Amino acid sequence: MTSTDTISAEAEMVHERPGRLREFWFYFRENRGAVIGLWIFAAFAFLAIFGPWIAPHSATEQFRADTLLPPVWQEGGSWKYLLGTDPLGRDMLSRLIVGARFSFFVGIVVVTVAATGGILIGLVAGFAPKWLDSIIMRIMDIILAFPSLLLALVLVAVLGPSLTNAMIAIAIVLQPHYVRLTRASVLSERQRDYVTSARVAGAGYFRLMFVTVLPNCLAPIIVQAALSFSTAILDAAALGFLGMGAQPPTPEWGTMLAEAREFILRAWWVVTFPGLAILVTVLAINLMGDGLRDALDPKLKRS
Amino acid sequence: MLNYVLSRLLTFIPTFIGVTLISFSFIRALPGDPIVVMAGERGLTDERYAELSAQFGFDRPIYVQFWEYLTGVLQGDLGTSFVTKRPVWDEFFALFPATLELSVCAMIFAVVLGLPAGVIAAVNRGKLFDRALMSTALVGYSMPIFWWALLLIIVFSGNLGWTPVSGRISLMYYFPDATGFMLIDSLASGQKGAFASAVQHLLLPTIVLGTIPLAVIARQTRSAMLEVLGEDYIRTARAKGMSPGRINGVHALRNAMIPVITVIGLSVGTLLAGAILTETIFSWPGIGKWMVDSIFRRDYPVVQGGLLLIAVMVMVVNLTVDMLYGVINPKIRKR
Repeated sequence: MTSTDTISAEAEMVHERPGRLREFWFYFRENRGAVIGLWIFAAFAFLAIFGPWIAPHSATEQFRADTLLPPVWQEGGSWKYLLGTDPLGRDMLSRLIVGARFSFFVGIVVVTVAATGGILIGLVAGFAPKWLDSIIMRIMDIILAFPSLLLALVLVAVLGPSLTNAMIAIAIVLQPHYVRLTRASVLSERQRDYVTSARVAGAGYFRLMFVTVLPNCLAPIIVQAALSFSTAILDAAALGFLGMGAQPPTPEWGTMLAEAREFILRAWWVVTFPGLAILVTVLAINLMGDGLRDALDPKLKRS
Repeated sequence: MLNYVLSRLLTFIPTFIGVTLISFSFIRALPGDPIVVMAGERGLTDERYAELSAQFGFDRPIYVQFWEYLTGVLQGDLGTSFVTKRPVWDEFFALFPATLELSVCAMIFAVVLGLPAGVIAAVNRGKLFDRALMSTALVGYSMPIFWWALLLIIVFSGNLGWTPVSGRISLMYYFPDATGFMLIDSLASGQKGAFASAVQHLLLPTIVLGTIPLAVIARQTRSAMLEVLGEDYIRTARAKGMSPGRINGVHALRNAMIPVITVIGLSVGTLLAGAILTETIFSWPGIGKWMVDSIFRRDYPVVQGGLLLIAVMVMVVNLTVDMLYGVINPKIRKR
């Protein structure tokens, strides 16, 4: 190979990089739902970061004179509290806005922990000798045998009810999916020629795992990350609803629902809005996940 | 084929032991000494403590305890509830029919609506109905079902007054539970209105529990149908002049059913997780509510035993689905 060839090959590679990103965006943009999902998610992230400064009132301040006020458009509503107040006189809108950060935090932490742990274990299982691989996969089977919410519930009971422990429990429960996914892609990638040549060139296991193979296994993992972001939010809200997640007076959406339960027939708004917030967020993330899958992983593409 | 079944059964054994180990360790990991918790506020003398500790075997080495627990489990002995003093095994099977009845109804609801919806969406791919249906399915799939339950209660129990809020049957009716299935028992009792009351109580929980499986089945059926509709043999059938109804309903649906059946089988875990929330909200006396109550009451043997039984149930169902899949699709056996 002459030196000019090398340079042009390099130039092509440099050229290819933004091309891939643009290609991704091209496919992602084709899915209108995914773009809407992305916008809602961006708004959600914005609220999660700047919530306390945007909210009209404090999330925990109790206006004792104004308990259970309906939303502004209903008779008896006030412009001071756009979405009404809860049984303790706290502003619903402010609580919802501030609550965004808990769900966002749960999603980020759970996905980071579960994905990091799962990818590491999956890589090890994919490269390990058969006996170690079997042991790891049996352990994952064991975790997957329990319905996820039940296992998370019992784990939280062991650790003590709090948002942090709920996140740990959910991460443990979600992590086997990453292990399976990573291991499956590693096993199929390992047989490719480029991995063999890397090994012949003298690459150690560490390099093979993280530099050679892992980047080529990422597409399904990213899709899984989006999907488990929404699962994490749902499960954390469910745990909060059962009294095993964030504790009052934290304005976590699931916990807010639990507090509002006894008022469902008297004040529809205290029940409706927190759930709606969960639904819209989860829906947006799932829409985005569908778009990611279409753009990143043509094999999984929905026909 | 026999090899396939045997190898699948062999992987079942270590998983079973592992599941037992996990549920066994929880009782040791839970905060608080179980004996002190059981004694309640009255407290215990030191002698009584030692006596109880010996009675439950807590004074022996942990591996001996595990071995005894494992052998006990295999003989159907899961310990005794701290609260009711009844064997966990008996409690589980007294409550299980309620959960089974609810789950089966939810699954029927999901299949009866989801299957045709998926087929119609696939046949009308890209049209308004398809897009509306798939958007609805995505909403259903993203639904926090505990909130969905509360909304349905507000509308149907609160505003319209059509359905009751909790329980399995109105207190007006009393009859012995012969089978544990309220629909069957109420019919068998012959009391007027009992069956209708049971159905009314079942309605909302069924919808709530069936929502996510419904969305999953509709989506899965649609994509499986779309794949099959692109096959050559469908084109052949069309070329021969077969009616679209017959092509879609018989030739295509049959082959599209395989992945759908797998999804149905694998959603047992989802159903049980959903049952925890659904039963808690509707005060449905099944194993989901029983587990949640026991966790809050720190009734360790129940949590331990219930966790194990539920996990084993999920494992058995998954194993059966796997094997059925192997029977239907010979390619799987080779792996």
